[in-house]
Amino acid sequence: MRAFWRALRRNRLALVGGVVVVCLAALAILAPAIAPWDPNRPDVKKILDAPSGVHPLGTDQLGRDVFSRMLYGARVSLAVGFVSIGISSLIGIILGAAAGYNGGVVDATIMRLVDLMLVFPRFFLLLAVLAFLRPSIWTIMAVIGLTGWMGVARLVRAEFLALKEREFVIWSQSIGASAFRIVWRHILPNAMAPVLVAMTLGIPAAILTESGLSFLGLGVQPPHASWGNILNEGKDAIEIGWWLSVYPGLAILLTVLSYNLFGEGIRDALDPRLRQSVGRIVTRR
Amino acid sequence: MFLYALRRLLLAIPLLIGITFVSFLVIHLAPGRPGEVVTGDLSPESQRELWQLLEKEYDLDKPLHVQYWKWLTRLVRLDFGKSFSPDARPVLQKIGERLPITLLLNVVEMLIIVALAVPIGVYSATRQYSMFDKVTTVFVFVGFATPDFWLALLLMILFGVQLGWLPISGLRSLNWEYLSFWRQQWDFAGHLLLPILVATFGGLAGFSRYMRQSMLEVVRQDYIQSARAKGLAERVVIGKHALRNAMLPIVTVLGLSLPGLIGGSIIVESIFAIPGMGQLMVQAVFERDYPVIMGNLVIVSTLTLFANLLADVTYSFVDPRIRVGARRRR
Repeated sequence: MRAFWRALRRNRLALVGGVVVVCLAALAILAPAIAPWDPNRPDVKKILDAPSGVHPLGTDQLGRDVFSRMLYGARVSLAVGFVSIGISSLIGIILGAAAGYNGGVVDATIMRLVDLMLVFPRFFLLLAVLAFLRPSIWTIMAVIGLTGWMGVARLVRAEFLALKEREFVIWSQSIGASAFRIVWRHILPNAMAPVLVAMTLGIPAAILTESGLSFLGLGVQPPHASWGNILNEGKDAIEIGWWLSVYPGLAILLTVLSYNLFGEGIRDALDPRLRQSVGRIVTRR
Repeated sequence: MFLYALRRLLLAIPLLIGITFVSFLVIHLAPGRPGEVVTGDLSPESQRELWQLLEKEYDLDKPLHVQYWKWLTRLVRLDFGKSFSPDARPVLQKIGERLPITLLLNVVEMLIIVALAVPIGVYSATRQYSMFDKVTTVFVFVGFATPDFWLALLLMILFGVQLGWLPISGLRSLNWEYLSFWRQQWDFAGHLLLPILVATFGGLAGFSRYMRQSMLEVVRQDYIQSARAKGLAERVVIGKHALRNAMLPIVTVLGLSLPGLIGGSIIVESIFAIPGMGQLMVQAVFERDYPVIMGNLVIVSTLTLFANLLADVTYSFVDPRIRVGARRRR
């Protein structure tokens, strides 16, 4: 553990990423206290005002303050990121553990399911499912979580396959510990490192997905602000209000970048060998 | 070789059935079931109407296995039903006219990504920690983090609105019919430039990263050392011995990243108003045109499946070890 902190501290980029991650979380939590304006209060006298001292990032087509809307949007983005990754990791851990520990038919069935889910281009599947549901922040979280567990399942399975042959597992089996106890108390804690890294790297991916959906108008619905739907509104005012298109995108870029740097830092500090297996997950949409 | 391809093809059949099954299950999420509390964007009446249409189209009043079987037998005959939108055209026809442009975009993207990522990856791997390597690493991280729709907006503001150099939507200019043949091709290319640029950006970051990683691993191998030791020119060692081996995993990664690339066409096509599958999908979702949604989902994932298959077979073609391994396992 101490070696881990030392390695993480030496990685300056990861530290910067970590600091930004913490700051963003603070901004999101404190949004009601920081926001200078009510994010949903329109003002017909201030439609599409350029950034100024009063409205640091300008106003939108309804005269709402973009800065305040972005602060509230940060809450949405981070909440979606965390909850959907929570859901997908939970599913991934359960299925991956079942496959890796049991082997045989269970393993084959679960892995074919993983293959099957990976064949669907994710955005098409997301849209198809969302078309049948009523869009809300909860459905978005659920749907992103339910379509994103395959990477974690594969990781956990690989860890379990390696760990279940180790002496400490065989020893607990020999004294008659229950399968649940062995999995929960002995194997899983040892398999968590790559999962945590995958989770850290999965959050920015989920944030990108959510903002993409909201940008299409199929994610978080107005009047609730999200970075994606501010950009969607900005698209219609592209010729007048560049600030509507520039700042929310920068916020997404900064968030995703710092989570990625932080996540990769944790990964390298935990175990440089993970670079191969976990890195693969990041590029998948 | 042939046997391996055949084996892979057989393994694809259960996946194909799986695709149809998952797609079919999606219908059962539909709103408007009798007795359900109605909120949201559809009025109770139109919701009931929609449900009746669905019931008729997919036999939703029959037991599940009957529904699925009937749907499947229609699918096999490539009958995807008729669109719910007022034109009521067959879904297959609608998708058919939009498929070519999406395929064209994706193939061009792939070619550009590979053509650029391989040299970038090799160059930064052979000069690890050089200025070039550092710059590309920054590019990779920024590329991963840039939302493609935002990049598209920025490019539209810059090239379309501010500079006015490039068209920002559609495939053809208004005066297309009055242009000469070559002018028409030029116009078409101009319309595709920004979409392709946007779609290539994120993928390029990923691939150059893989290429670099893969190259770094290969360069450390003993056979590279021996190639150098026997006095081969560095150009040959890198360009032939190392590159060939480093390219192998890239084939797989290319196959694996296909769903992502194809999925990306949804955003790119809807921003740039390109009449492809992605745009069709988004329109269908807004209009709740369920047969089109289902048809799209089945066709896109089936195409992805076969593209993956092609990547696997190509991989076995370029790497004999896979073929031998497959034979031994039998």
